[in-house]
Amino acid sequence: MSVLLIAEHNNKEVKSFTLNAITAASQIDQDLHVLLIGHNADDVAKSLSEVPLVKKVLHMDNEIYENYIAENYTSAILKHADKYSHIVCSANTFGKNLMPRIAALLDISQVSDIIKVIAPDTFLRPIYAGNAFATVKSNDEKKCITIRPTSFEAAETTGGSAEIEKVDAADKTENTKFVNREEIKSDRPELGTARIVISGGRGLQSGENFKLITDVADKLNAAIGASRAAVDAGYITNEHQVGQTGKVVVPDLYIAVGISGAIQHLAGMKESKVIVAINKDGEAPIFSVADYGLEADLFEALPQFLEELNKLNTIQK
Amino acid sequence: MKILVAVKRVIDYNVQIRVKEDGSGVVTDNVKMSTNPPDDNAIEEAVKIKEAGKASEIIAVTVGEEKAQETVRKALAVGADRGIHVKVDSILEPLAVSKILKKIVEKENPDLVFMGKQAIDDDCNQTGQMLAAHLNWPQATFASKIEVKENSLEVTREVDEGLETIEVNTPAIVTCDLRLNEPRYASLPNIMKAKKKPIEQINASDLGVDTNPRIEHIKIEEPPKRKAGIKVASVEELVQKLKNEAKVI
Repeated sequence: MSVLLIAEHNNKEVKSFTLNAITAASQIDQDLHVLLIGHNADDVAKSLSEVPLVKKVLHMDNEIYENYIAENYTSAILKHADKYSHIVCSANTFGKNLMPRIAALLDISQVSDIIKVIAPDTFLRPIYAGNAFATVKSNDEKKCITIRPTSFEAAETTGGSAEIEKVDAADKTENTKFVNREEIKSDRPELGTARIVISGGRGLQSGENFKLITDVADKLNAAIGASRAAVDAGYITNEHQVGQTGKVVVPDLYIAVGISGAIQHLAGMKESKVIVAINKDGEAPIFSVADYGLEADLFEALPQFLEELNKLNTIQK
Repeated sequence: MKILVAVKRVIDYNVQIRVKEDGSGVVTDNVKMSTNPPDDNAIEEAVKIKEAGKASEIIAVTVGEEKAQETVRKALAVGADRGIHVKVDSILEPLAVSKILKKIVEKENPDLVFMGKQAIDDDCNQTGQMLAAHLNWPQATFASKIEVKENSLEVTREVDEGLETIEVNTPAIVTCDLRLNEPRYASLPNIMKAKKKPIEQINASDLGVDTNPRIEHIKIEEPPKRKAGIKVASVEELVQKLKNEAKVI
C-alpha cells in the first residue's frame, strides 16, 4: 500500500509546509502519491512532480476547487482513499481543518501533529503543548495522520519527474461558501519558516516600542514574533503570535525580548536551535530555555544590540 | 434557535504538568482542573448570541468522568440553560467523543454546535470536524468572529495566511479560537442559580456507540531538556557569542 499526501497550495505555488510533510510521508512509505485539488493549478502539479520523493501526482482540476473548502476536499479525497494505507497532510490550519473530517468518515482515529515517524503505525507526538511527548501506535487498518511541518526538513524540489495523472472531481457542498481571505502581506520572511525570529513581549510596554524590534529584525532579515501577552495588550496583530495558541517556530536563532516565558509561549519556540533572552527580570522563566541570557533593560539593550550588529559586516541574509 | 456547546474538563492551563515515572501518562491527582480555555469562548459566544435575542436555549454538554460535571456547572453559571453529562470511565479518543456528541445532537436537534478549536491536554484538534462529518453538516473551524444571519452564519477564521471568511448554512458546527471574545466570569448570584439548573446524566454505554480505543499509548515521557545556557554580561558579549560561538549571525 502507499501513502496519499494532500497538497496545500494557492493554485500558483505549493505551500512550503507541504514540502516538510512530504519528507515525513516518505518516511512512512516510499511509495508516496500527492493529491492536488485545485483549479488552473497546472504549475503546482508540475512543481510537485519535480519533487524527487514524490512518485505520482493525482491532479484534480475543477472550478469548485478555486478556494479550499474542507467539505469539498473531503469528498475529493474519499474517492481515492481505498487505494492507500495512509492519508497524510501538514498539521497547520489547512490540515487541522481537513483531516478529522476525512478520518471520521473512514471511521479512523486520527493521529494529530506527529513530530517523528517511528514505524509506519507508530509515531511521536507532543501533548500538553509540548510539555510531554507521547509515543502512539495506531491500530486502525488505515491511518489518518497530520504532520508538524517544523519537525521535518523540507523536501528537495528539483530533479524528480513523477507521473501526473488527471482525476475527476467529486461532489460539491452547497452548505459552505467562500467569502474572502485577507492575507497579510509583508516583505519580511514568514514567521513559520524564517531563519531568525525576534519576538517582543509585554516588556515592550506599547505598540510604538515594537519599532525597536522591527529595527533589529530589518538588520537581521528576521521575522517578527510576539508573546500572547503582547498580542492581547494590542501591541501587535495576532498573526505574529508565537506559542501554544499561535505559531510554533523552529528558527536557527530565536531572540525573546521582554518576554517572561509563560508555558504557553515556550511551547511555541523552545525547539529553536539557539535561543537568546533579553529581560530585566533575572528570574524570568525564559532564561531556563535560553542559550544566551542577557539580564538588561530592553530599552537600552536593543539599540545597543543594533549598534553592535551594524559593526559586523558579515550578517548572513 | 438552539445552541449546543460542548465543553471539556482539562488540567488548568497554568499548571506545569508532570509526567508519571512509569510512562503511563501525566499526573492528574491533586492537580487543578478547569474548562478547556477555548471552550469558555464557545460558551461565551453562545451566551452573547442569546443575549442578542438570536437564540432561545443553550445546552452545555460534556463527555467525561464524574467530576467533568463541574465544567457543565460552570457553563450554567455563565448563561447556559441546562446541561448534559455523558458519563464515561476512561479517557476517550476524539473519534469516540464525536460519535457520542452525534447521539446528543440527534436527541436535542440544535441549530448550532459550538466548541473550542482544540483541547489543551491531548492537543488533537479533531472533535468538531469529526462531529461535522458524522452529521454531514458544514464546519467553520478556528472562528474569531461569528455573524448570525437568517439561515446561515458568516464566520471569520484564523488561518496561517491571515483571516478567511466563509458562510455556512445552519445547522453547522463552529470551533472557537481564543480571540473570538472575552469570556466573562460567573457572578456569585449566577453561581447559586446555576446550582438549580438541571444536568441530565447519561451513561455513554447506553448510547450504543463504539468507544473502544484505536490508538495505543506506548509511552508518555518528558521532552528532552535543553541544556542550560549561560548569562552574558553585555550586549557586546552577546553579539560576539552569536557570531563566533553559535555562528548564527
